[in-house]
Amino acid sequence: MSLPIIEMRGISKRFGAVLANDNVSLSVAPGEILGLLGENGAGKTTLMNVLFGVYAADTGTILIDAKPIRIHNSADALKLGIGMVHQHFHLAPRLSVIENLLVGTPGIGGQLDFAGGRAKLADIEREFGLKLDPDRLVSSLGVGEQQRLEIIKALFRGARLLILDEPTAVLAPPDVDGLFIALRAIAAKGLGIIFISHKLNEVRALTTRCIVLRHGKPAGEVAKPAAASAREIAELMCGHEIVTPARPAAKPGRPVLELDTVCTANHPGMALRNVSLTVRAGEIIGVAGVSGNGQKALADVISGLLKPKSGTLKITGEPVGEFSPRRVQALGLGRIPEDRLASGLVSNMSLAQSMALPRVGQAPFSRHGLLRQNAIAEFARNQISEFDIKCQGPDARTGTLSGGNLQKALLARELAFNPKVLIVSQPTRGLDIGAANFVYDKFLGLRAAGCGLLVISEDLEELLTLSDRIAVLYEGEIVSLAGSGDATVAKLGLLMARGRERAA
Amino acid sequence: MIRLEARNATPAWFNLALPVAAVSVTLILCSGLIALAGASIIESYGIMAAASFGDLYSITETLVRAAPMIFTGLAVAVAFRAKFWNIGAEGQLLAGAVASCWVGGIEMPGALGMLAMAITGAVAGGLTALVPALLRVKLRVDDVVSSLLLNSVIFYALMALIEGPWKDSLSGYPISPPIQDSANFPVFIEGTRLHLGVLVALLMAPIIWFMIARTVLGFSITVTGENPEAARYSGISIDRVLIATALVSGGLAGLAGVSEVGGVHYQVMSEISPGYGYSGIVIAMLARLNPLGVVPAAIFLSAVMTGADAMSRATGVPAFLSDVIQGTALLSMLAALLFMNYRLRFQARAA
Repeated sequence: MSLPIIEMRGISKRFGAVLANDNVSLSVAPGEILGLLGENGAGKTTLMNVLFGVYAADTGTILIDAKPIRIHNSADALKLGIGMVHQHFHLAPRLSVIENLLVGTPGIGGQLDFAGGRAKLADIEREFGLKLDPDRLVSSLGVGEQQRLEIIKALFRGARLLILDEPTAVLAPPDVDGLFIALRAIAAKGLGIIFISHKLNEVRALTTRCIVLRHGKPAGEVAKPAAASAREIAELMCGHEIVTPARPAAKPGRPVLELDTVCTANHPGMALRNVSLTVRAGEIIGVAGVSGNGQKALADVISGLLKPKSGTLKITGEPVGEFSPRRVQALGLGRIPEDRLASGLVSNMSLAQSMALPRVGQAPFSRHGLLRQNAIAEFARNQISEFDIKCQGPDARTGTLSGGNLQKALLARELAFNPKVLIVSQPTRGLDIGAANFVYDKFLGLRAAGCGLLVISEDLEELLTLSDRIAVLYEGEIVSLAGSGDATVAKLGLLMARGRERAA
Repeated sequence: MIRLEARNATPAWFNLALPVAAVSVTLILCSGLIALAGASIIESYGIMAAASFGDLYSITETLVRAAPMIFTGLAVAVAFRAKFWNIGAEGQLLAGAVASCWVGGIEMPGALGMLAMAITGAVAGGLTALVPALLRVKLRVDDVVSSLLLNSVIFYALMALIEGPWKDSLSGYPISPPIQDSANFPVFIEGTRLHLGVLVALLMAPIIWFMIARTVLGFSITVTGENPEAARYSGISIDRVLIATALVSGGLAGLAGVSEVGGVHYQVMSEISPGYGYSGIVIAMLARLNPLGVVPAAIFLSAVMTGADAMSRATGVPAFLSDVIQGTALLSMLAALLFMNYRLRFQARAA
């Protein structure tokens, strides 16, 4: 094997009482696509932040081309040929592609070197097959194209090692294929890639070798990911056997959530157009779709945040006249929002306060406008133990919890009030397998107990695992609603990308 | 090499340590100015301390001056918690002063008069604060700008009043007529000016703390400030919370004016507030928006103001030092807040 591009030896990093990385080593050779796996909190992000100069390691060395180096900040990392593509893009939307590439370059005589930049972009296109019109505004690019621009940006700056942090989390299936083709082309040219993902099928399809972290320690290596089963890798990640949730046949009861020809005004992105949908007690309906096709409007209408222009919404048979979160809650609706820390919980308040938030004006959390501190703390304490939420107790600052535990807290908050129907968006985004299975178990438990669920997700595997029927949302319309037995990832992917007419 | 590294958790003792550190740094920085003025640093700070805490009378004077700043500090703390950027406590104070002076001039039994002054003053302050709040809620006007500019509007309206209809026709001074003697706030210790307003100010801090920490309204205020999106998602009406916050905040600032009229001046003149409303911002920041922290922070600034006058007389250092200390304290505190979220990390350069 040729000399590794980069090698990390015995990296340890401690945050207070937590050892985030404990003697971790890895190396990437030219042409290698290294999978970096581990549950949330296993130390993947810390390790990459050490490599990218965000944190300084307590012990350990980093070698580039077998020479020990120190990386003080991300500028150092870029100079050393390390490029990172973050999950959230770092692009200026009102500038063009070429301008985004030239930002931060030295330029000539105080002016950006457009001619040189275009030539270099053409080189990258030729060499790696990454195509992008230099004059398009970034705001006009789709998510997949923006990600391509991030990759081009790293190559443009001379990266020899690309780090991709959950790059497929934001992509629709066809874009994922495009990404993989590009990454393979990049590796074929002798560059190294570190690929961080939770999606084991993708890891198996793409990577040439995998390193697994568990609780900050190296847990093992998978030499041939394509030959290993997803289950084997998953068990290495969590350190115990995994039982996939079983979904017995549905016993649908009376309708608990009914949308009848609901239309909305333009909501962030896309309005709903004549959406009719019924969720019955004891069934799970999945909503598939590329993000930005009306999912937000759908979730907001049902959550009482957005009043439809026309059409009706009934919850447990009652028409929702006044659209407010309190009204839909009172009718028996439970809500798990898409973005846990942006809209669900409050990072800077205590976990107990976050968990009381949507019902703080009601018994048992308050009386006559006065908070009942004991009831709030006791509620949190009970739910923390019942849902096994890992935290320092009810007074812990909400922002200190991991993604999986935040999601457990949201579940705990809603399930305590025995919802008749639950609306959930992206229930396992950013969660590892252990936490995701916990969520699935809870959902299937609710279903068995006669609750109706509407699950909005971009993860098709997830929808196929959970749903009794799957609706596909395209440009604000439901273009297909079928039993999940008839659906496949390929078929759904096509409907999501092109809508009904062109898929048929 | 020194670098900043994000903290995962902030130790609780920082809440106390940061303001203390900020104040210490301020005093050290300002000692340079004292040296520049040719006075002894130790002696000058000694005179300041003696003048503000040296005997019973100076302590009561410090408290008397602290009272309006406790009110304005609370006003700003409540507003900033909801991220309603009320820079208008000064104008709300003046509105409260004018309104209470007007009511205080009406003949009625003493206790009733004082109560009426407090209510009208608080209402006037609250309505003044309502202007930037409504502009923000209805028209998305920036509340920093509107609340700040409103201060000038109120100040010149006050000037027009005391230069015009309220002008003392005998002396010709621009001073309002005095309030009824019966409405003058009672003084607790003979020979001092320790009046009812001081007591109310000191009681108001725990009351506002209770409102913030133990009521649904306070909870909603905090959520709205910390995460408006989560507030909306939970069914809290952000607009309503902002308006309620403005009324409470403006009402508190209005009470500062009431306290000065009823307890100190018994009338309204142009210099009724030497910037107590702006000092409220410094105090609220030093208190880290905690209503209980407002009391010591206000007493500190009051001591600086009282002490600076005495120091100026004894050593010749200009009394403007108190303004410099105030400004430096605010900047030091803002700088200190960085350490809430970051820590310094020292590391050796590569060999």
